[in-house]
Amino acid sequence: MAKEKFEDALEKLEKIVRDMEAGEMPLDSALKSFEEGIRLIRFCSAKLDETQRRVEQLLENENSLQTKHFQDEDPHEP
Amino acid sequence: MKNILTVSQLNENIKAFLEEAFGSLWVEGEVSNLRRPQSGHVYFTLKDDKSQIRAVYFRQYGHAQNRAVNFNLEDGMKILCRARLSAYPPRGDYQLIVESVEPQGVGALQKAFEQLKLKLAAEGLFDESLKKAPPFLPRRIGVVTSPTGSVIRDILNITRRRFPSVDILVAPTRVQGNEAAPEIISALRHLHAYGKVDVIIIARGGGSLEDLAPFNDESLAREIFHSAIPIVSAVGHETDFTICDFVADLRAPTPSAAAELVVPLRSDLQNRLQNLRKRLVAAQRRHLDDQKELLAALQARFKDPRRFLMDFSIHLDDLRERIQRALTQNTQVMKSKLKHLELGLQHQTPERQIREKRILLNNLEKDATQAWERYLRDRRVRLTKQEALLSSLSPLAVLQRGYSITRRLPDGKIVRNAGWLTLDDSIRIQMAQGVIQARVEKIREE
Repeated sequence: MAKEKFEDALEKLEKIVRDMEAGEMPLDSALKSFEEGIRLIRFCSAKLDETQRRVEQLLENENSLQTKHFQDEDPHEP
Repeated sequence: MKNILTVSQLNENIKAFLEEAFGSLWVEGEVSNLRRPQSGHVYFTLKDDKSQIRAVYFRQYGHAQNRAVNFNLEDGMKILCRARLSAYPPRGDYQLIVESVEPQGVGALQKAFEQLKLKLAAEGLFDESLKKAPPFLPRRIGVVTSPTGSVIRDILNITRRRFPSVDILVAPTRVQGNEAAPEIISALRHLHAYGKVDVIIIARGGGSLEDLAPFNDESLAREIFHSAIPIVSAVGHETDFTICDFVADLRAPTPSAAAELVVPLRSDLQNRLQNLRKRLVAAQRRHLDDQKELLAALQARFKDPRRFLMDFSIHLDDLRERIQRALTQNTQVMKSKLKHLELGLQHQTPERQIREKRILLNNLEKDATQAWERYLRDRRVRLTKQEALLSSLSPLAVLQRGYSITRRLPDGKIVRNAGWLTLDDSIRIQMAQGVIQARVEKIREE
C-alpha cells in the first residue's frame, strides 16, 4: 500500500464517523468501520505526535543535488 | 600654421569631446521614429515640443542592464533615459547612446508591470481553474528565499509552532537585483528535480517596487506557471502585488501568512481528531446499544414453545371442562324434558282411557241393565195395572154392550157429531162382532 496521507486518512475517518452516526449500518460493517476508524485515529494521532523535523538546505554540487543541515535551525530545539 | 583637420579627424574630435564633456546624462523626452532592425538594437528619436535628438539603445544594454524589466518602447511613449552623448563620425551625427530606459508618467516599473500583467493574463497564466490546491498537510515544504534574514526565520518558527514534524527544504537564492530572478528559477528547478517536496513557498520581505522587480520577471512567471508542485507566493507586504503573486497557486500577504496557509495548526487537527474519536466511539456504543436493545426485544418476543403448549393445554382443559359441563347440563335438561314429555305422554296414553272407558262402559252396561230391569219391572207393573184398566175400558166391552163406533170414510175419523157428516158420506160402523159399511141417508142434528 502506498504511503497513507494524513489528509486522506482524516477524510476517510470523517466519512466513517458520519456513516456510523447515520446508524443504518449492519452490525458487521459497523464493527469493521469502527476498527478501521480506530486504526485511522491511531495513524493520524501518530502523525500529529511526531515532533522531529529536518530542516535542510538544497545544494548544487558538481551537477548533483545534495542537502545539508540548514545552519539557521537549532537541531536541538524542543 | 593653420591647423588643418580632415573631416574624419574633426568628427573624431567632436565625438571625443562630446563623450568627455557630457559623461552620463539623464534625459527625458518622447519616443518617435522607433526602428528595430535585425541587429536587435533599437533606434529612435527622442523629442520634446521644440527639439529632437537621435538615440540608439543597444541590445546588450537593453537586455542585461535594463532594470525596468521587459517593457517595450513604443512611439509616443514618454521616457526617462540614462545615456551618454556621442557622435557617429561616418555621418557627422551626434546621438544619445541609451543605457537604460524607464517609462515616464505612471512610473517606469509600474508601466512594465502592467504590461506584463496584461500579457500574461491574456495568455491565461492567472486562470483560477489552473491553480493547484496546496496539500492539506505537507510532509516537506520547499522554501525559496534568502537563507538569511527574518523571512526564513519567521517561516521556520511558524511552521515549527504550528506543526513540529513538517520538514523544510530551503533553496537559498538572492531575492533582489538582476541575478535574483534567474536564481529563483534555478532554485525551483532544483526543488522539482530533488523531489519529495509537497509545496513550495517563494518568499521575500517588503521592499520598493524596484526591490521586488525580480518577482515581476516574465521567465519566473512562466516557470511558476509550469511548476508541477503547488507554489505559494509571499512577496513583500500585504499591499504589494507581484506577477509572482498572480501566477502562483496561492498568494499569501506575507511570508508568515504563507507558513500559516501551508501548515495546519496541529492543535486544530488534534481537536478534530479527538472529536472524531469521541463521535466514533459514541456512534459505536450507540450502535451496539441499539443492537442489544433490538436483541432484547426479539428475545422478549421469542417465547419457549413449551409455554405455548402449556397455555394450550390449560386452554384445552378449560374447554374440555366447559364442554363437559355444557354436555351434562344439556343432557340433564334433555332428560328432564324427556321425563316431562314422558309424563305428558303417559297422561296421554289410550290404555288408561280404554280402561276408563271400559270401566265407564261397564258401569253404563250395569246401569243400563239395571235401568232396563227397572224399566221392565216398572212396565210390567204398569202393564198389569193398565191391563186391568184397559180391560175395564175396552171399547170391545162397550161394543159388547151394544154400542158401535162410527167412522167417516175415507179418513177414518170417529164421528162424535152428526154435523161432521154430509149426505151420501160412506161410513163404517164397527160392532162388537163385525163391521158394516153404510151410506148416510138422513142427518139430524140435535
